[in-house]
Amino acid sequence: MRRDVFNAIADPTRRDILMSLTSKKQNVTALANQFDMTRQAVSLHLKYLQECGVISIEKEGRERYCHLEADQLTAVADWLEPFKILWEKRLNKLDELLIKLKKEENE
Amino acid sequence: MNKTIFKAENNVLTVERTFNAAVNLVWKAWTEAELLDQWWAPKPWKSQTKSMDFRTGGQRLYAMVGPNNEEHWGITTYTNIELQKHFSGEDAFSDEDGTINPEFPVAKFDNHFDSESEDTKVTIVTTYASEEHLKQVIEMGMKDGLTNAFKNLDELLNNAQPK
Repeated sequence: MRRDVFNAIADPTRRDILMSLTSKKQNVTALANQFDMTRQAVSLHLKYLQECGVISIEKEGRERYCHLEADQLTAVADWLEPFKILWEKRLNKLDELLIKLKKEENE
Repeated sequence: MNKTIFKAENNVLTVERTFNAAVNLVWKAWTEAELLDQWWAPKPWKSQTKSMDFRTGGQRLYAMVGPNNEEHWGITTYTNIELQKHFSGEDAFSDEDGTINPEFPVAKFDNHFDSESEDTKVTIVTTYASEEHLKQVIEMGMKDGLTNAFKNLDELLNNAQPK
């Protein structure tokens, strides 16, 4: 099964890892130190995130550095965005209409 | 103006908003064509209802008319109505005669109206089946955390923007 951004963000630890990577690229050891789990467990999460396409892992010298692929995350946020905008606009108009109707009722 | 709350769980999207108006007025605005047309379309679009029969089994045929007079037709079928409490139904894309376009999925909705003294809380529950990602999420059986995931995703995206 092909993994995607939704798979990536389904797990709280993976979300935390992504959050941690928003500020800067980090090596595996640094990431492992931030979480209360073995380096091996963190590595598995990183491999998963890489398969989802939301991070990339590059070798620099003896260290492996993780980068956030922010574009991949942006792409997924978009599907809900049009829905939100539509309803926000709609309901704001309904709000205005109700204010008008209330005034008319009181006159 | 009150805040709109959005929730996404599995294939169900929920919108919640409280209006500072009595339930009878809010209900009217949702169920009378003339009023509905005044707010249903987001600017710069206009909603034009061709026919509306608001009762169980009845239908509303309407067009969303764009700034260049382009028309997107839709048909709503009401499946359940409980006066000033809730109404549910199905939204489909159609042509101007109300013939449903089978290429687009039908969305089911259930709108609730809760009277809270002088205010009315409206809850719009839309069940989508078309979103590919949404389907994947359902298949995964990911029941909890989606709302939080999106909250976190928003936060992630804010942080990930180049400063």
